[in-house]
Amino acid sequence: MNKMIKNEMKLEFLSKSNNEGFARVVVACFASQIDPTIEEIADIKTAVSEAVTNAIIHAYPNGEGLVKIVSRLYDKEIEIEISDTGIGISDIEEAKVPMYTSKSGLERSGMGFTIMESFMDNLKVESIVGLGTKITMKKKINTKEVSLESSTYEIK
Amino acid sequence: MNVKHFVDDKLLVFEITEDLDHHVTEKIRRRADYEIQRFMPKRVVLDFNRVVFMDSAGIGLVIGRYKTTCCYGGKLEMINVSSKIRKIFEMSGILKIIPIISNREAMGE
Repeated sequence: MNKMIKNEMKLEFLSKSNNEGFARVVVACFASQIDPTIEEIADIKTAVSEAVTNAIIHAYPNGEGLVKIVSRLYDKEIEIEISDTGIGISDIEEAKVPMYTSKSGLERSGMGFTIMESFMDNLKVESIVGLGTKITMKKKINTKEVSLESSTYEIK
Repeated sequence: MNVKHFVDDKLLVFEITEDLDHHVTEKIRRRADYEIQRFMPKRVVLDFNRVVFMDSAGIGLVIGRYKTTCCYGGKLEMINVSSKIRKIFEMSGILKIIPIISNREAMGE
């Protein structure tokens, strides 16, 4: 695969919940440069929303901090890093377990990591307690061959 | 979110009109629980017709409304769930207790 970076962007915002919609729309718009399908865009939006929500809910229990998104576009792949400088995750494996949530009072489903894993092709979670958490996600884009038949039509 | 109450059928329909993420669900759950407690319906229907985007916060919202509805002796159902949103519900397994029904069934036919 060609690993040349086609484009790169960086976005930083306060951990306020009204930024969730903003963050996923920005990443989706950025991703549209490499011609993803509507389905792929929807997958990216959902995964970004999960990761950003996690940072907003969990990273800064005593106030607000910054959430950072770095995204890179390759030929047929998008890479998204979502990081915070919050409290960190002490047990990453436990956090990834479906239905596990550390905030049961908030009506959270505990499906965040499960959804990120299944909607993206690759997910990496790095965290140091007290220093912060970084999520790196990758997704291959537009790998399906477009068949010529689908674009031909009969003229009556 | 639009709320429709059918007195005769003891039916309460919540038509969700926004993208379902953590930020929005906070507001919806307060309103929905208030209406359920007020009317104590036999059936509560969540209409997803106008929901374009949903993440795992939607699962939490549905499970939470299921609990409230059951508390007041009703049952919860969903209509107009797109394939994209259905995929997220399927992952969580909640479709076993909260069914997706057709519009006709929702109207009591």
